Amino acid sequence: MVDATMKSDAAVARGRQSSSLQRTFQRKSTIAFLMTLPLILLIAVLVIYPAFYAVHLATLNKTMERYVGFSNFLFLFKRETFWMVVWQSCIFAITAVIFKAIIGFIVAHLVHNIPSKGQRKWRGMLLIPWVIPPAMSTLAWLWLFDPSYSAFNWIFERVGISPIPWLGDVYWARFCVILVNVWIGAPFFMIMYLAALKSVPEQLYEAAKIDGANWWQTMRFVTIPMMRNIIAITALFSTIVTFANFDIVRVLTRGDPLDQTHVFATWAFRVGIEGGDIPLGASVSLFMVPILTIGAIFILRDIVKRGNEA
Amino acid sequence: MAEVHIRKVVKKYDEVLAVRGIDLDIRDHEFVVLVGPSGCGKTTTLRMIAGLEDITDGEIAIGGDVVNDVPPKDRDIAMVFQNYALYPHMTVHENMSFGLRLKKFPKDEINRRVDEAARILDITELLDRKPKQLSGGQRQRVAMGRAIVRNPKVFLFDEPLSNLDAKLRVQMRIEIKKVHQKARTTTVYVTHDQVEAMTLADRVVVMNNGIIEQGGTPNELYHHPKTRFVAGAIGSPAMNFIPCKLQDEGGQLKLRINDGLALPIPPARAGQYGQHKGNGSVLLGLRPEHLTDARSQLDPGVVAFDANLEVTEPMGMETLVYFPINGETVCGRVNPAAGAKDGAPLKMAADLNQMHLIDAKSGLVL
Amino acid sequence: MTAAASTGAVAVHPKYGSMSSDRRWALRWSYFFLILFAIFFLTPPVYMLITSLKTSQEISAITNPWWVYNPTLDNYRELLTSNQYLRFFLNSSIVSVSVVTITMLISVPAAFALSRMKFWGSTLLGTGVFLTYLIPETLLFIPLFKMMAVFNDLTGISLINKWWVLLILYPTLTVPFCTWIMIGYFASIPKELDEAALIDGATWTQTLTKIFIPVALPGLIAATIFAFTVSWAQFLYPLAFTTSESQLVLPVGIITTLIKGDVFNWGQIMTGALLGAAPPLIIYAFLMDYYIAGLTAGATKG
Repeated sequence: MVDATMKSDAAVARGRQSSSLQRTFQRKSTIAFLMTLPLILLIAVLVIYPAFYAVHLATLNKTMERYVGFSNFLFLFKRETFWMVVWQSCIFAITAVIFKAIIGFIVAHLVHNIPSKGQRKWRGMLLIPWVIPPAMSTLAWLWLFDPSYSAFNWIFERVGISPIPWLGDVYWARFCVILVNVWIGAPFFMIMYLAALKSVPEQLYEAAKIDGANWWQTMRFVTIPMMRNIIAITALFSTIVTFANFDIVRVLTRGDPLDQTHVFATWAFRVGIEGGDIPLGASVSLFMVPILTIGAIFILRDIVKRGNEA
Repeated sequence: MAEVHIRKVVKKYDEVLAVRGIDLDIRDHEFVVLVGPSGCGKTTTLRMIAGLEDITDGEIAIGGDVVNDVPPKDRDIAMVFQNYALYPHMTVHENMSFGLRLKKFPKDEINRRVDEAARILDITELLDRKPKQLSGGQRQRVAMGRAIVRNPKVFLFDEPLSNLDAKLRVQMRIEIKKVHQKARTTTVYVTHDQVEAMTLADRVVVMNNGIIEQGGTPNELYHHPKTRFVAGAIGSPAMNFIPCKLQDEGGQLKLRINDGLALPIPPARAGQYGQHKGNGSVLLGLRPEHLTDARSQLDPGVVAFDANLEVTEPMGMETLVYFPINGETVCGRVNPAAGAKDGAPLKMAADLNQMHLIDAKSGLVL
Repeated sequence: MTAAASTGAVAVHPKYGSMSSDRRWALRWSYFFLILFAIFFLTPPVYMLITSLKTSQEISAITNPWWVYNPTLDNYRELLTSNQYLRFFLNSSIVSVSVVTITMLISVPAAFALSRMKFWGSTLLGTGVFLTYLIPETLLFIPLFKMMAVFNDLTGISLINKWWVLLILYPTLTVPFCTWIMIGYFASIPKELDEAALIDGATWTQTLTKIFIPVALPGLIAATIFAFTVSWAQFLYPLAFTTSESQLVLPVGIITTLIKGDVFNWGQIMTGALLGAAPPLIIYAFLMDYYIAGLTAGATKG
C-alpha cells in the first residue's frame, strides 16, 4: 500500500528543469555556443544568406546592374516553357511519389512476409538502386533507353512489339524520367515502411487475429494506422526531394525533346548557369519555394507533435 | 569518511519548492536512508549532496567543508544510480576504474583497488565483460564497485534496487549492508520502499512534501511515530487509522467509534490522553498486528469486538483479514488457525496498549 | 476419453493443414513478386556490368545485348590506366573524405551542445538545423554561384572551377542532417551517464570524447556513411562550379568527358559509372545495418 503511493520521485526531479548540472552548463554556455558556432556560421553564410540573396537576384536585370522588381517573374509568366515546367514538375513529383509509395509499400510487405532470416538478404538487394549515385545509375538507364541500341526494344522486337522511342517522344520521355525516379526512390520507401512494419508490436496482430479480423481488416485497422506517421513523413520528404530533383532529368534528357521534360531545377540551371541569366535562373528556382514550404510545415508539425509526446 | 551536514537547505524549481528548508546531520560511518513518496524531495536532496543540483538556499557541508559551489568531482563522493548508469562501451574493469584513470592514479594502484572491490562484491570473474552481458543484479554490483573503488568520503545511493525483481532486491539489500559493514563509509540512501529503509538504515529519515517528517532508528519510527504520515509510511501492511471521538464515559476515558462500539483506553495510557478529551475528532492508529483474533483470555488493555470479514488473505504464517469499521476498511493479522473466512464474522481483539492517538487536524501523534 | 480426443484431433487436423498450405502459397507468391521486383531493381546495374565487359564492336553489333559473347576487361584496363579517369576518382575521394571530416568536426560538437548543454536559443537552433536539411541544393546553387563571383571581385580569389570549392559547398548538404541524427542519438543516451561521468571527474570534452562518442558510435558511423555517400554522389554543385577536366569529380567527369558530342563510348561509360558506384556499394555491402539505420533515423528519431 505504501509502496504503491511512493513511486520514485526521481522522475519528478528530472522532469523539472534546472539542475546543478545545468548550472555548470550555464557557466559553460559560452563553450556550448562555441561548439555550435561553426554550424551556425555554415547555415547562416551558405544556406540562409543565399536563400535571401536568391530573392534579391531575382529582382535584377540580366546584367545584374538594375533593379527591375517583378519583371523577371512577369516575363516568366508570359513564356510557354515556364508553364510547361510548372506542369511537368508537378506531374513528375506527384506521379513519382505516388508510385514510389505504392511500390515501396508492396515490396515492404513482401519482404516482411518471408521468413526473417532471408529478409536481410532481400532487403539488402532491393535497396541497391538507392545506394548507387543517381547520376551513375541514370547513365545505365540512358543506355537502356538508347534510340538505336535499346536493350528493352531488343526484347520487344523478339516478342513482336514495335520499338518504343523512349526518349525521343515527349510522352515517353516523361514516362522514362518518372520511371527512373521511381526506380531510385521506391527502395527508400521500402526501407522506411519496413522499419515501420517492424515497429508494430506482434501482439497487436495476434489480438486482431483473435478478434477475427481478416487480412484486409488487419491492414486497414492495425497496420496502416500504426504506420501512418512514417507513411506521411516519408511521402513529404520524398515530395520535397523529387520536386527539387536535378540529376535524373539532367542526365537522361537534359530537358529534351524541345524542353518538354524540364523541371524547375534543370531549367533554372539551363537558364541561369548555361544561359548566363542568373536573375532569371534564380526566379525560376524560387518557384520551388511554395511547395517546399508546405512540405516543411507539415513535417515540422509532425516533429513538434512527436517532441511534445516524448 | 566524513560527516555530512545539511543546514536549512531549500531547493526551488522555477516557482515550485521541492525542498523546504531541511536540517540533517549525518554522522561519520552512519547509514542514513531518506524515504518518502514520489515528489517528497528525497532524490533532490541526494542530488544536492552529490552536486548534481544547485542549492537554492542554505548550505551543505561534507567533512566540515561547505560544498555548495564545489563541482561534483571535487566533493569526493560516489553515487549509485537507479538505472546503474554503467558506461555501455566499457568493460566492468574499465567502468570501475574510469574515475581513477581520469584522476591519473598509478596503474597498479587502480588494479589493486578494482581487484579489491571486485573481491568484496564477488564479481572478479566478470571484470572483462561489458554491461550488456550482465544480469540486473550483476550490473548493480558493478555500479557499487564503481563507487567503492573511488574510496569516497560519502556513498550516495539513488533507489539502487528499484529496477530489480523482488527476490534479487532482498539479496542485494543484504549485500549492501555487508559492504557498509566492511567499508564503514558514510552513506546516504534514497528509496521509496520502507522495508528497504527499515532493514538497511542506522537512521531512517522520512520526508514528505519537501520537509523532514521525522528521523530516527527504524524501531523509533516504528514504535514512536511523531506524525500520522510517519505512522502510515512505516510498516507493512500500513497502520490502520480509525476516526473516533475521545470521551469520558462514566468516569472512564473511551474511544467512541460508533454507537455500538467504544473502546476503553487502558489506565496506563489514560493519563497521557486525558488532556485531549473532547477536542473534536481524533484518529486511532493501530497496526494490523495489534488487531488479532480474540483468544478466550484477554490481556489487560485488550478489547474484543465482532467484525464482519470482507476479504481474507492467507499468507501462510498468518492470515490478513479486512473488515469495515465505520466505513473504513481495516486490516488485521490473525492466526491461520482462527478460521477466518471471506464474508464470515470473527471475534477480533484490539490491543490498545499499542495504540496511537492522532489529532485529525494537525496530523500529530498525541 | 481417448476416442473423443482422437476424433477431436481428426476434426481439427485438416483445418491446420489448410492454414499451413495457405501460408505456403502466400509465401510462394511473395517470393514470386519479390523476384519480379528484384529484376526491376537490379536490371540497370546488371546491364552496366554486362556492357562494361563488352568491346565496342560487340556493343554496336546487332547481337543479344543481354549477353556477353566475348567478355573482356579492356574497358576496365583502359579506364584504370587513364590519368584523366584516375584524376576524377582521386578528386572524388579527396573531396568526399575531406567533407566527411569537416562534417563530423562541425556536427558532433554541435549536436552534443544542442542535446546536452541547453543555452539560449538552442531549441530553436535544433529545429532550424532540421529545416535547413529540407532546403534543396537546387534552390541555392544560383545564388551561391553569384556569391562566388562577387567574392572573386572583392578579394581576387577565384573560387569557381576549383575542386576545393566543393569542400565549402558539400557541408551545406551533409552537416544539417548529420547534426540532426547525432542530436537524436545523443538524446537517447540516459542523463545518468553524463552525471556518472561528472561525478567520476570527467570534463565536458572528456564526457564527449570518452562517453558520448563511443556510446553513440553506431550513430556516428551512420552519419559518416551518409556524409560520404552524399558527397560522392553530388552532381549539381560540381556541374555548376567546376569545368576544367583536372578539377572534375567522378559523376561530372564521366558525363562530360566520356560523352563526346554525340559519340557515346558505352562500354567505357558503363565501366566508369560502375567503378564510380563501387565505393558507396562496397561501404553499403559491409556496413548495411549502419547505412539503413542512418536512412531511417531521420524519420524515426527526434
